[in-house]
Amino acid sequence: MGIEAGEGEQPFPPDSELVARLRGRDETAFVLMVGSWSGGLLRLARHFVSTNDSAAEVVQDTWLAVIHGLDSFEGRSSLKTWVCRILVNTAKRRGVREGRTIPWSSLPVAQDQGPTVDPARFLGPESEDPGHWRVFPQPWPMPSPEQEAVAKETRAVVEEALTHLPDRQRIVITLRDVEGYNAEEVCSILELSAANQRVLLHRARAFVRGRLEEYFAGAKAAADGG
Amino acid sequence: MPELSCAELVELVTDFLEGTLDPGTRDRFYSHLAMCEGCGPYVDQMRMTVRTLGDLPEESVPAEVRDALLAAFREGETR
Repeated sequence: MGIEAGEGEQPFPPDSELVARLRGRDETAFVLMVGSWSGGLLRLARHFVSTNDSAAEVVQDTWLAVIHGLDSFEGRSSLKTWVCRILVNTAKRRGVREGRTIPWSSLPVAQDQGPTVDPARFLGPESEDPGHWRVFPQPWPMPSPEQEAVAKETRAVVEEALTHLPDRQRIVITLRDVEGYNAEEVCSILELSAANQRVLLHRARAFVRGRLEEYFAGAKAAADGG
Repeated sequence: MPELSCAELVELVTDFLEGTLDPGTRDRFYSHLAMCEGCGPYVDQMRMTVRTLGDLPEESVPAEVRDALLAAFREGETR
């Protein structure tokens, strides 16, 4: 998240200053905020609606609601969290109109239960050491910053993995790990309990880790095979 | 308290990273990690996964949308 503010020369202003400037109709502050936060909002909006165009409209509608609702911002959360909550509500309504509803309040479904690592990876009850790895996870050759091509490919694997997640898991991991909101903020944005948030986040991370593991194993096999 | 198995530990990694394990389980988690050659790498890989997610490229909103929003912001001035 810190990178976003790196575009301009001046650091991103703290909420108290930002809100005061926005209420004073400071256009520089508005442009800075829209420029810094819209990318993350767009990424998130996509998970609720059917097309890229409607995601962009959700972002636009969110900012219009922010412009007109600035005076009602009470500072009980950060401004960014407040904006994000408006986006989620806007996106949910839009998703419903498009026939895409996400069952936030429902009890855990099958995809939120059960082991996140294939039980076959562990020794069974017949062994002396049940539940221990049959074969240890192999170390990953994580690219150094200089190896930009490899890093890019790794990011592509992660992006692709995200598309396979169930909606709720994808939205939680996007907010937490891609956009950097903390647990409390995500619970407030999505109206989730802390325990549910953690379950969804854990399942999502374990799935993405599994995809990276497959990718690295495949890359190694290709390299070993010449 | 019985020792954690690897299969149990992998389900606790997020609680561990979030700092939400109860003290007893946290101690069992640490003692397992200290002696297991498989779970250390697993936890590291979960951390690397989180780090890679944080490195995904920013998306951007088209310039015309930004212009329209700035115009709306200006208009708000006169309301």
